[in-house]
Amino acid sequence: MPTPTLGDLKQMYRALWRIRLFEDQVQRLAAAGEVPGFPHLSTGQEAVAVGVCAHLSREDVLFTSHRGHGHVLAKGSDMRATLAEILGRQEGLCRGRGGSMHLVDAANGVLGATGVVAGNLPLAAGAAWAAQAQGQQNISVVFFGDGATGAGAFHETLNLAALWKLPVLFVCENNGYAEFTSREEHSKVTHVSSFAAPYAIATKTIDGNDLLAVYASAGEAIDLLRSGRGPYLLECMTFRLAGHYVGDAQQYRSKEELAANRDKCPIERFKRHLIEHGIEPHELDAIGEHARLEVQQAADGARAAAQPDASTVLEDVYRSPALNSISG
Amino acid sequence: MIHSFIDILRRALDEEMTRDAAVHLLGEDVAAGGAFGVTRGLAQKHGATRVRNTPISEAAITGLATGAALCGLKPVLEIMFIDFATLAMDCLVNQTAKYRYMSGGQLAVPLVVRTQAGAAGGAAAQHSQSLEAWFIHVPGLVVVAPASPVEAYGLLKSAIRLGEPVLFIEHKRLYTMKEEAADDIQLPPIGRARIVRSGTDVTLIAYSAMVQSALEAAQALADLDIFAEVIDLRTLLPLDMATIAASVSRTHRVLIAHEAVLNGGFGAEIAARIGSELFDELDTPVVRIGCPFAPIPFAPDLERALLPGSQDIVRAVCQMPGLGD
Repeated sequence: MPTPTLGDLKQMYRALWRIRLFEDQVQRLAAAGEVPGFPHLSTGQEAVAVGVCAHLSREDVLFTSHRGHGHVLAKGSDMRATLAEILGRQEGLCRGRGGSMHLVDAANGVLGATGVVAGNLPLAAGAAWAAQAQGQQNISVVFFGDGATGAGAFHETLNLAALWKLPVLFVCENNGYAEFTSREEHSKVTHVSSFAAPYAIATKTIDGNDLLAVYASAGEAIDLLRSGRGPYLLECMTFRLAGHYVGDAQQYRSKEELAANRDKCPIERFKRHLIEHGIEPHELDAIGEHARLEVQQAADGARAAAQPDASTVLEDVYRSPALNSISG
Repeated sequence: MIHSFIDILRRALDEEMTRDAAVHLLGEDVAAGGAFGVTRGLAQKHGATRVRNTPISEAAITGLATGAALCGLKPVLEIMFIDFATLAMDCLVNQTAKYRYMSGGQLAVPLVVRTQAGAAGGAAAQHSQSLEAWFIHVPGLVVVAPASPVEAYGLLKSAIRLGEPVLFIEHKRLYTMKEEAADDIQLPPIGRARIVRSGTDVTLIAYSAMVQSALEAAQALADLDIFAEVIDLRTLLPLDMATIAASVSRTHRVLIAHEAVLNGGFGAEIAARIGSELFDELDTPVVRIGCPFAPIPFAPDLERALLPGSQDIVRAVCQMPGLGD
């Protein structure tokens, strides 16, 4: 895997800010009552999305979870269309049918976000099987939280992916919490990577707030996948600085814990790294400002987008028009 | 030529695999022929990569098949017993069925889930159920339940070509049924019922193995000068109300028969639709026949005692006002 160029590093710095500011924007819009439902923000976990997706092409497919905004942006989906979907607009990625928890951008390889924890894992394995069966070189990536390891589908999928040597990258964002319940309270197994050993799946646990570590490890993992070596489980230790969902009072964790983790902010860490390597702070500030403007423009565009036409509510239940006419 | 149910299903799968390289079979034991022999020989003919054994992991293999269907394959997944589909419900209900809609029409799931249902031969409470009503409740799914070998052949091929997620329910009692078939069988469209026997006095609506019971009942009723029309729904979701309406408009009496328990069964939905859409056509209340509200028992005498059959249909028709008096 080649070392990232200066251009790559700046690109990734921008990608981090795009996600951070996007999530901030969603939070503000949600607080103002403009977002239907209950969005789950990935604030603090941006380095995982950026470090992994930096290696993906549009042909590689991605499955994410209820906390998926960052992954979709990092994969390269249009920011305005993504936000328009979160606002439930006709010009959203899914024409307002999916929303925050079900973002799909098929043309960009974003094949879905599932609101049921662990439900996305076998789907990603299936996409990998399709690639393998059709002799394609693309890979499948699935993001999930440590909470998913409590579900049977996680273990079933690891077994199946290992058996069939499927080109699927399992990326666990271990943020220490399954919703409101700490890892200590929901599992005896400290590290998700421990589950890989019995299936002989290649694995690694890394600091998911260290963008360069994520970039390097994801690159190695994806090289292995592309060489046909079977699945890989990458466990990224991270921390969500936001609540489980917008409005979560977070009474299950202390102010001290939150403060300590703010100091581990992946963006600040990467910024320090870049400055140490000679990039001028004002240049980084300009990148951040550019991202801020982009998010603002996307928000303006998404908020101005039309609401879906209620008369189309029965469209696309089925592919065949004849079946779509089912009533009652 | 005479075909058995199992052999003709195998022929349908074989032909579709030959016709379309995207069709892949997967499920527990399918490469070894499957629990009932439906897929016997297909791995040898079409290769081990297209006919794949899976672990006993219904949740994962249903998700796997769904994910593959999103990406160019047309998987035919075998869930050995519909009772085991309970383990795959998250995927079927929350993912498979909703993908088209949640993606705003970007994606489709061309997936057929073959499964086997119904009571026969002491399979007992966890291998005998008729759970179709659970799936009929889910927008995005198609539910097909053939009533004979020839029907199964055509409907399975149509299901594979449909490009939607289809639950294809085979009744285990039909597996031993044989039927004469022409070499060139017309493929029935999904979503269209068929009139199996014409009659003027009462419409018997059934699907799956219960169609055979309804035909036996119609024969017995004919001896009593009551002429029953028998509708085989073939596709439960979507429901072909037009065929039902045309028949009820002629007969003005309806009996709905299924093997599933009556409470919350599909018959209730059909009865409600008839009641609201065809009320003026009815001379008598809609009658439903189904299992009493109990699990399927093991002992053969108990199983027989519980299962509805042609005699229940005959008795119920004879009790309809204006008939059999």
